[in-house]
Amino acid sequence: MNISVKEWFKSGAPWVWLTGGAVALNVIMVAGLLALIAVRGLGHFWPADVLQADYIESDGSRVVVIGEIADSEDVPAIQMREAGLEVAEGVETVRRDLLKVGNRDLLGSDFRWVTETGLQEIEHPPHLFVAERREWGNFYGFLRQVKQAGELVGEYKVGDADAAYDQLYAELEQRLDRALDIHDQIKDIEKHEIGAINATLERLRLRERSLELKGQLTAADQADIAASRAEQDESYKSLQARLEELYRQIGRDSLVAEVSDGQVVEIELSKVVQVFRPNAMGVGTKLGFYFGQIWAFMTDEPREANTEGGVFPAIFGTVMMVLLMSILVTPFGVVAAVYLREYAKQGTMTRLIRIAVNNLAGVPSIVYGVFGLGFFIYFLGGNIDQLFFPEALPAPTFGTPGLMWASLTLALLTLPVVIVATEEGLSRIPRSIREGSLALGATKAETLWKVVLPMASPAMMTGVILAVARAAGEVAPLMLVGVVKLAPSLPLDGNYPFIHLDQKFMHLGFHIYDVGFQSPNVEAARPLVYATALLLVVVIALLNLSAVAIRNRLREKYKALEH
Amino acid sequence: MTTLLTPETAAAEPAERPEGKSHGIDISSMGRTQPKMDLANETIALQVQDLNLYYGEKQALNGINLDIAKNRVTAFIGPSGCGKSTLLRCFNRMNDLVDFCNIEGKILLDGNDIYERGVEVAELRRRVGMVFQKPNPFPKSIYENVAYGLRIQGINKKRILDETVEWALRSAALWDEVKDRLHESALGMSGGQQQRLVIARTIAVKPEVLLLDEPASALDPISTLKIEELIHELKRDFTIVIVTHNMQQAARVSDYTAFMYMGDLIEFGGTDDLFTTPQKKQTEDYITGRYG
Repeated sequence: MNISVKEWFKSGAPWVWLTGGAVALNVIMVAGLLALIAVRGLGHFWPADVLQADYIESDGSRVVVIGEIADSEDVPAIQMREAGLEVAEGVETVRRDLLKVGNRDLLGSDFRWVTETGLQEIEHPPHLFVAERREWGNFYGFLRQVKQAGELVGEYKVGDADAAYDQLYAELEQRLDRALDIHDQIKDIEKHEIGAINATLERLRLRERSLELKGQLTAADQADIAASRAEQDESYKSLQARLEELYRQIGRDSLVAEVSDGQVVEIELSKVVQVFRPNAMGVGTKLGFYFGQIWAFMTDEPREANTEGGVFPAIFGTVMMVLLMSILVTPFGVVAAVYLREYAKQGTMTRLIRIAVNNLAGVPSIVYGVFGLGFFIYFLGGNIDQLFFPEALPAPTFGTPGLMWASLTLALLTLPVVIVATEEGLSRIPRSIREGSLALGATKAETLWKVVLPMASPAMMTGVILAVARAAGEVAPLMLVGVVKLAPSLPLDGNYPFIHLDQKFMHLGFHIYDVGFQSPNVEAARPLVYATALLLVVVIALLNLSAVAIRNRLREKYKALEH
Repeated sequence: MTTLLTPETAAAEPAERPEGKSHGIDISSMGRTQPKMDLANETIALQVQDLNLYYGEKQALNGINLDIAKNRVTAFIGPSGCGKSTLLRCFNRMNDLVDFCNIEGKILLDGNDIYERGVEVAELRRRVGMVFQKPNPFPKSIYENVAYGLRIQGINKKRILDETVEWALRSAALWDEVKDRLHESALGMSGGQQQRLVIARTIAVKPEVLLLDEPASALDPISTLKIEELIHELKRDFTIVIVTHNMQQAARVSDYTAFMYMGDLIEFGGTDDLFTTPQKKQTEDYITGRYG
């Protein structure tokens, strides 16, 4: 096949290759991005085998190490030599592994680098167990004893039959279940019941203060408030007693284990989240455990400066903020678009307004954050506090960053896309439909409400979809107007008034930043960064998909005339 | 250029015409034997008096004078752009929606000028219904399409709505085709059904005048035939004004015909007279197909 370059160009084939190549490149980049965060993030939850090995340190001494391989890399031999390590002549690179050794309380750090050549007699003893603790990270070791109130309940000595170890381990699991059960009860009382009492007491205080400010605090009111307060104190005391009893019970059991260097440590079961023996698990068990871990990540609260535990409050905060934002921005944007398209006299003025609206979409988001802080929080919020919540002052109610201001700021940020999309939709309604309605004696407003707006609703949803996509990924302005590293409670709970718009909240985007860059334990946090990023992408995708589903239903319902 | 056909001049028209020998269309084959139409014997529903209409600087209608007879079908014919649709849209003030459109003169509906200050346009449009060239059902169910005008008037009683919807659909000869799927989307109907639905929707609010703007131009011949039969039925209850491109259609359905050209009303008279013995050269040229 001999065709000249000229003919080849004329045939259009290079153009097809160029455009097709650009699409392929885009697809590869998106897929690569998703694959990277998925692999890095989801791999973290897999219960990898834990190795035990003799390790020859650089000074020639032998130590026993226990841990799981978290990462491996090839390092140039020169670099190793410069670091003072012995490397044989002629070797170009040295492979080294990052071992997660856990036991931060004993070893000082969770991770250590080991050269692959230094690892000898690697084995994966099935007796090894991992304990996920509430403090100090993971524990790796061999179970030796289980104790109840200091008394020995079961023991395993090196050399005993495997069955004896299994029996002791089963005993531990059983006692751990009990401890976890008590822990849940404690959490429940502390969070819900005492939380409700605190909320009630705060309301009583505010009522008293408010009456006082108005000068209407009568003796009857005071007695009434005092009675309610006494009642709350009473129930608080009984809860306190129950809590003390539970705390005593949860501290009953403990386990004794031997770690890599032969030390024996005792751990209270109240400090343990779960125990598992990765080396003794089959693939099926590991899979089950793996999904359990992912579920726990999505539904638990964070621990240890966000480097452990789950991200549920952040998911909740993100979704709630985005929903509130949509609820705020949709009517606002639609009303503005209706005026611009249907009522305003088209001319220079409307053109200027449109240019302004479009430019608004190009303003950097942090600028919106500054505006939100200055106008919404300090000005609006401050005045709202003066007018409606004087009893709470000097503590601010709305005069401080919170969920409502964050949603409002993002609503402002996404307003242009809703206006533009709605205008586009309104302009596409066929003139004949409007005339049909007007010709039946409907006024312009009736036509708008009954025919035009329903038909334009898919376009409005398109605007909302774009708004959601933009708002859910925004972090910078949120740092100024309401997101925090750790929120003590969710913005939606069982205490009056149920939705706490004034509360600060957690957000997945900010969580990524916080875990990745503000965390004291970088190695432990890195996989969580990927996992959280993946979760953020999934949450945004789900929010978008539901909006798309609603739009498609509306489209089907109001599909335009096809001719 | 304007010819005002007053009852006097209409009566002065030649009474005889050669049987079966017409200039343009052989209407004797339409199977209709009609008494000779004479505006002098009619009740007048709409009166157009010295109507001038401008789109910005450009004048689109030049001093139109015209009477529309009650319970009769009046057709407007003429080449594209002659102003026949514009004139039709004056009757329910649809031209109000067009920017830079100015109107001078009067249109009297039952003796009252519809362009007078203080006239409620929505109420006027209820009294003067309009059907457009392309079927424009709302993206709602068949039932809701017909009930739309009633709901606009605040009628929400189910019994009244049910009755009116059935009556309107029956009047539009659509009831038997759709009675089992009243609550399905109107957009699933054929073009001809949609157009009859739009007619049903329009007559459901019981207007006095029905304006039809080329109602059959987007339809196939069978649907067109149905619409024409329907027009024939509807004139018992309504005054009908129809704009059509199609001279045969005008001849078939109308009692009176107005021929318009370049914004002028050239000739107006009984349909049979106009088609068989046109008074003006332009009319004759048009209906014999020499231009247009």
